[in-house]
Amino acid sequence: MTATPQQAAIEAHELTRRFGSFIAVDRISFDVAAGEVFGFLGANGAGKTTAIRILTGLLSPTSGTARVAGHDVYSESEWIKRRIGYMSQKFSLYEDLTVRENIRLYGGIYDLSKDEVRDRTARMLSRLGLEQSADTQVRSLPLGWRQKLAFSVALLHEPSIVFLDEPTSGVDPITRRQFWELIYEAAAGGTTVFVTTHYMDEAEYCDRISIMVAGRIEALGSPAELRRRFGVESIDELFVQLARPAAAQTS
Amino acid sequence: MPTLASTNAVEIDGLGKRFGATVALENVSLAIPPGELFGFIGPDGAGKTTLFRILVTLILPDQGRATVLGRDVTTDVWDLRRRVGYMPGRFSLYPDLSVEENLRFFASVFGASVEEHYDLIAPIYEQLAPFKDRPAGALSGGMKQKLALCCALVHRPEILFLDEPTTGVDAVSRREFWELLDRLKASGLTIVVSTPYMDEANRCGRVALIQRGRILAIDTPTRIAESFGRPLFAVRAGKRYPLLLAVREYANAGTVFPFGDALHYTDRRDGLMPDAIASGLRDYLRGRGFADVEVKLTAPTIEDSFMARMGEPERAA
Repeated sequence: MTATPQQAAIEAHELTRRFGSFIAVDRISFDVAAGEVFGFLGANGAGKTTAIRILTGLLSPTSGTARVAGHDVYSESEWIKRRIGYMSQKFSLYEDLTVRENIRLYGGIYDLSKDEVRDRTARMLSRLGLEQSADTQVRSLPLGWRQKLAFSVALLHEPSIVFLDEPTSGVDPITRRQFWELIYEAAAGGTTVFVTTHYMDEAEYCDRISIMVAGRIEALGSPAELRRRFGVESIDELFVQLARPAAAQTS
Repeated sequence: MPTLASTNAVEIDGLGKRFGATVALENVSLAIPPGELFGFIGPDGAGKTTLFRILVTLILPDQGRATVLGRDVTTDVWDLRRRVGYMPGRFSLYPDLSVEENLRFFASVFGASVEEHYDLIAPIYEQLAPFKDRPAGALSGGMKQKLALCCALVHRPEILFLDEPTTGVDAVSRREFWELLDRLKASGLTIVVSTPYMDEANRCGRVALIQRGRILAIDTPTRIAESFGRPLFAVRAGKRYPLLLAVREYANAGTVFPFGDALHYTDRRDGLMPDAIASGLRDYLRGRGFADVEVKLTAPTIEDSFMARMGEPERAA
């Protein structure tokens, strides 16, 4: 990997967030290089969601520092929101709007000009093979198509980083792989991809991953490196090894 | 017609269901013997939830017939409801009632008490006991799921239907959940479970692969994996995306899919020896400038079989 350090997409140092006496995120430090596919793994309740909320400018940390796309998470969260894309399994598109209306809506939110919206809509529809469905309500698209469209919409304003929160949950195995090809394509074009997943085989698709356990990052590196370092066959095995002892104590 | 004393726990014959123009289930037939741990494996929208809701008497089929415990799901509704346990896919407990209150509520609905059948739920409930006063809505995903399982078991059902109990749950909680199911199965309970995670199929005695309302295959996980029927290769060489694009451009490529840390490859030519296929692909990739090329035969998994089978109806349509 030819990561140029001056171009880190995300830099987090000792990042911490408390809720009362509970430490949701506990001094985590990591960098994500531009154009990297970074898998952010962890058990339910390990602090992933809190960390993502900080990195997307929705929540202030209690202490530590982090810069996302060059902007400070304390003082420049509004800039961060403009520079990033976001999609999740739970919320992505408006189901009662058509494909075209969704694209126009997001174009408006991100201040794109009419011409930009028109050009990018045409390009996106042709690339996804969705020209015939442009005026179809999103709710009547198959889930796999909805997720691919949602990913493209999250990239509409050409963000330098896109955050994907369990983007492939429940999607069939072929569509899941097609979705990952969209991720590779975006990363090859220089977009940084920050992704969470419960599919451990997808962890293997990332350039690097981190595994969070009880607020801390317990493993960080490329999947091959981590398999070697921990002497395990798969990331699934490593995940269970690290997360299982903690699972007994968390609620 | 009186209900026939069937030897199967579930019998489904030609079942169909539509919602408007959408075909949710089409001509589904299968039988599940008592004591089996049977899995429906398929993505969202495959028809799993519709099938479960028919089997637990919540909706009526348009076509065909189904019996559970020898009772017809359209006519023996009240009798069946007392005998089945059902855990719906969406979290369906009362979020503002505590763990213990939820359990007592579900027991009382069935005219039972928690104490009466406590032995059945004890191994699960003991993990929840430290949080028994916590509102169910404030539990973590894994704990919610365990509570929902307790609530589905509290009246000691003769058969258990679990609709996607592990969706959205982390790999550790998923594993623990399947260990609980193994224990329940050992007690003789028939368990019917659905999941979109292909790797979980191996936890079941037999599985049905389901896609767009149709059953693609019914068999043991091992036999379904083995039914793949073509030599399958794992390909590794440097960066994955350039490798994927290059292999796709290979003239002899059949299917090429990312799979774990490798690509899974089948050749489109029939009757060739695996060694010839592998060395041909190796030479091609070296010619394309890839170093450290590794092409080796690999055992197909359920997921490979699923992808091979789900591809077919799409091409035919």
